[in-house]
Amino acid sequence: MRLICPVCGERDRREFYYMGDAVALQRPEPDAGAAEWDDYVHLRENPAGVTRDLWQHEAGCAAWIVVRRNTVTHEVLESVLATDLKGASA
Amino acid sequence: MGLSCMIRKGVRPVVELLAKSPAEGLLPYAKGAVELSELALGKAASIAPFKGQLDAVEKALGQGFPKVGRTTGHVVWFSQGQYLAIAMDIPDALGKYAAITDQSDAWCALELKGAAAEDVLARLVPIDLRQSQFKRGHCARTQLGHMPLHITRTGNDAFRLLSFRSMAGTMVHEISRAMDLLAARR
Ligand SMILES: [Zn+2]
Repeated sequence: MRLICPVCGERDRREFYYMGDAVALQRPEPDAGAAEWDDYVHLRENPAGVTRDLWQHEAGCAAWIVVRRNTVTHEVLESVLATDLKGASA
Repeated sequence: MGLSCMIRKGVRPVVELLAKSPAEGLLPYAKGAVELSELALGKAASIAPFKGQLDAVEKALGQGFPKVGRTTGHVVWFSQGQYLAIAMDIPDALGKYAAITDQSDAWCALELKGAAAEDVLARLVPIDLRQSQFKRGHCARTQLGHMPLHITRTGNDAFRLLSFRSMAGTMVHEISRAMDLLAARR
């Protein structure tokens, strides 16, 4: 599999560290309540299809990126710098 | 403190330490149409401009900084938002606009040179380093085997390879082994 780093371009998967669901960018407020925090910390979807995950270009430029890809077809649909997304959605 | 505890140079104790380069005693090594040797980088510092301060940094140093994957004079693109200044004097005042870290002696710098240099690297580095894709002055942050690597094409058949100083031995081993294996197939 090859992923696109928005900084470096297309690179081999071995250059990237996988963190998991990009939900980590939507941290609840401290007083959001137990249910919401439980969901944030523990509950994950496991779809056969499109996922949205956090990766780091660890062996490259070190950027954190959000990658949308299809786990069934292995198609990589989109890749965005996490810093750009955070600024836009936070 | 007795004389035996002091640093010695020849028969006399001295105050200066004896400098030892990262790959000292391991290189040069030549095989087939390739030669691997150590480079002395001299003074090196990483420069990470603060948010929105790249212009100020360029102005303070009196030179433009390279785009991603490029080099400009003594300044090399090094990582996301980070540059490496090699053999350059960095004025203290630059600290207002950027995070500056002394990297001298932190990196093992090697040169791989020769007609088959690209073929040796093709065995170790997972990016396309052919001349048509990776021209003189182009650089990239990638891997050498399992090690972190910063690579720059310095000539038609020459590359500068940087990896952490602590990995100098493995770096030399990996490259020289690839040189041997390539030569064995010819
Ligand atoms: Zn990258």
